[in-house]
Amino acid sequence: MSDIIRRDPRAEWIARNRLHPLHAAMQPASASWMGPNGVLRKNVHGLGFIGPNGIKRIDRSGAQQGGTVKRAASEQVQLPLHQVPAPAFYICVVPDMAGGRLASHDRDVLGLARQLAGSDGAVLAVVFGECKETAFARAGVDRLLLLDSEGYAPEQRVHDLRAVDNQFAPRHWLLPDSRNGGAELGRRLAASLGQRPATRVWQIKDGTCLGRAGAGLQDLAQPLPRLILAAAECAEPVSETLHEALPVQLPTDAPRCLPRIEDLGAVAVDPAATPMAEAEFILSGGNGIKDWGLFHRAAAALGATEGASRVAVDDGFMGRERQVGASGTWVTARVYVAVGISGAIQHLQGIGGCDKVVAINLDPGCDMIKRADLSVIGDGAAILQALIAAVDNWRKSARRDAA
Amino acid sequence: MTIATVALVSIGAHPASGRARRAEQDARAVELGLQLAGDNLHVLHAGNPHEPALRAYLGMGLEELHVLEQAHGADALPVLRDYIREAGVQVVLAGSQAETGEGSGMLPYLLAEQLGWPLVVGVAQVESIHNGVALVLQGLPRGQRRRLKVRLPFMATVDNAAPKARQSAYGPATRGVVDAEVVEVIVDELSTVGVFQPARPRPKRLKVIRAKSAADRMKAATAKATGGSGQILKGLSSEEGAQAILKLLIEEGVVR
Ligand SMILES: Cc1cc2nc3c(=O)[nH]c(=O)nc-3n(C[C@H](O)[C@H](O)[C@H](O)COP(=O)(O)OP(=O)(O)OC[C@H]3O[C@@H](n4cnc5c(N)ncnc54)[C@H](O)[C@@H]3O)c2cc1C
Repeated sequence: MSDIIRRDPRAEWIARNRLHPLHAAMQPASASWMGPNGVLRKNVHGLGFIGPNGIKRIDRSGAQQGGTVKRAASEQVQLPLHQVPAPAFYICVVPDMAGGRLASHDRDVLGLARQLAGSDGAVLAVVFGECKETAFARAGVDRLLLLDSEGYAPEQRVHDLRAVDNQFAPRHWLLPDSRNGGAELGRRLAASLGQRPATRVWQIKDGTCLGRAGAGLQDLAQPLPRLILAAAECAEPVSETLHEALPVQLPTDAPRCLPRIEDLGAVAVDPAATPMAEAEFILSGGNGIKDWGLFHRAAAALGATEGASRVAVDDGFMGRERQVGASGTWVTARVYVAVGISGAIQHLQGIGGCDKVVAINLDPGCDMIKRADLSVIGDGAAILQALIAAVDNWRKSARRDAA
Repeated sequence: MTIATVALVSIGAHPASGRARRAEQDARAVELGLQLAGDNLHVLHAGNPHEPALRAYLGMGLEELHVLEQAHGADALPVLRDYIREAGVQVVLAGSQAETGEGSGMLPYLLAEQLGWPLVVGVAQVESIHNGVALVLQGLPRGQRRRLKVRLPFMATVDNAAPKARQSAYGPATRGVVDAEVVEVIVDELSTVGVFQPARPRPKRLKVIRAKSAADRMKAATAKATGGSGQILKGLSSEEGAQAILKLLIEEGVVR
């Protein structure tokens, strides 16, 4: 049913006119019954409706009809679909997809690509490896090319991108100039294509692009080249249109190239040594932790960097450099596990940049749970114990599978 | 046996004052080279041999610094390529981005492409070199490391994950020898198309709230950060809760 209220002026007029024969039928239904002492009782709460801001309103003008209608708080806006049936040209974007999802830097670059594509061009996103992202359509991707790639294989990727270059002949190549891979891949591609890229570009206007140069004391303005490595916040991400994100394919599989660099996999690093602001996975404890020995064991078992709320730091259980929040460190972890932290606003500010938040708390009503993507209500100590056991089991079975 | 190693160095600029200094990342490349090849490290610069800031590299304990003399704005790539080709080196180390000029960080990539060598980016440590195969640790964002195997000869760039450069001492810096060699000059085309200008501060991104009604705008301005549709598990045993958390951690790939 539509949310729009349709007024019926005639029915309103009848409801106001007590002499009209249909007057009684047009009244909002209000239950009344004879009480045990012969007094007529009315349910006054049945009256009125809940307004858009959650406040109860009683309208005696007759304009309100049909009893209480609860309106949905806010309707989901349907964005207009932007279609490019026959692209005049392509703008090719290779997002980083750190952790298999579009990061904010990727979205900015896609926004920039969208600007360059205008109404005739199509934005082609080339995504390597496993991909968990579902919102390509909202990020401004018209065509999507998924290529498989395993581990660290920059030479193979450049090879694949050259095949894309031959197939689609994009007008521009856009990559994020980031340490997550875009900077490296873009420069490798540039060297391989023999084209000079514009790097650290933060503005494109009227066919010239402006990028930071040297140590950041100078800007370099140059005519827009074909290959652009864009800095973060180079453009606004796409937010007002929906795109098709049609899957496309390369006609033939690009031949495998012989890798000269072999990836031997990630090396275990000491999580305690990584600075908190950079850590990828943080286990954070607050006032709800009683057994700090158990907390440290859990962090070691999970391989997480330790963090703490201010109360835990003030009480002397953790060092000051471990405090997360407004007066501590602003963290950017991909996964943040908060055990026994209530989620005061000063703490939530510090985890604004985190992707996935997991809360373990006794109190189902606390603010941390409102922020969290996954919350488990229960005693922190027992859950940490169980978590240590579960991780051990999982590692053992993984090892058995491998053997 | 030591490996014939070359470190490429450039003149840096202090990020605040702009004064010439040894470039931070190039100094790290020299440090890594010193750890790898010791006294046999060969340090190479293309540019002006009379620049006093160059002596800061000599102050790290080098006896000699080789300079291919070029005018300002000349393309360093061809002369470096020819030099490296003839010198018979196995490992070339460089910083990942220059602190002056364009600083696009393209030089190592182009050099590796033209030499036909593999390039390893962001090396944090060279673990071992045996039988023409090197094991190196690559620094990744968020303090992570990856182990790579690469055949010699190879080119490597270092960034801030590499070991910190040792201090430069004044005495050795003045005693060291700068060995200059004049080479042919090839003009870089960028000097004709690009325009350098003082860096403008970048505009701060504003949080734009696109709301239809005043109530929505008020809500957006006052709302606390919410993850939206969080999943809440209640009344589970702690084992089940732990399993649910572990599942998410494994999906995200943070538990290995
Ligand atoms: C100017 C200023 C700056 C501040 N800056 C910061 C800052 O940077 N960082 C910061 O963190 N704080 C900061 N604070 C403090 C902040 O306001 C809160 O006081 C603090 O974050 C609360 O810490 P907490 O959540 O650990 O403790 P509490 O609020 O006491 O919460 C404890 C939580 O643990 C739960 N719990 C208890 N027992 C268990 C159990 N057995 N198992 C599971 N859960 C359990 C409880 O339900 C509760 O939710 C600042 C305050 C001010 C005034």
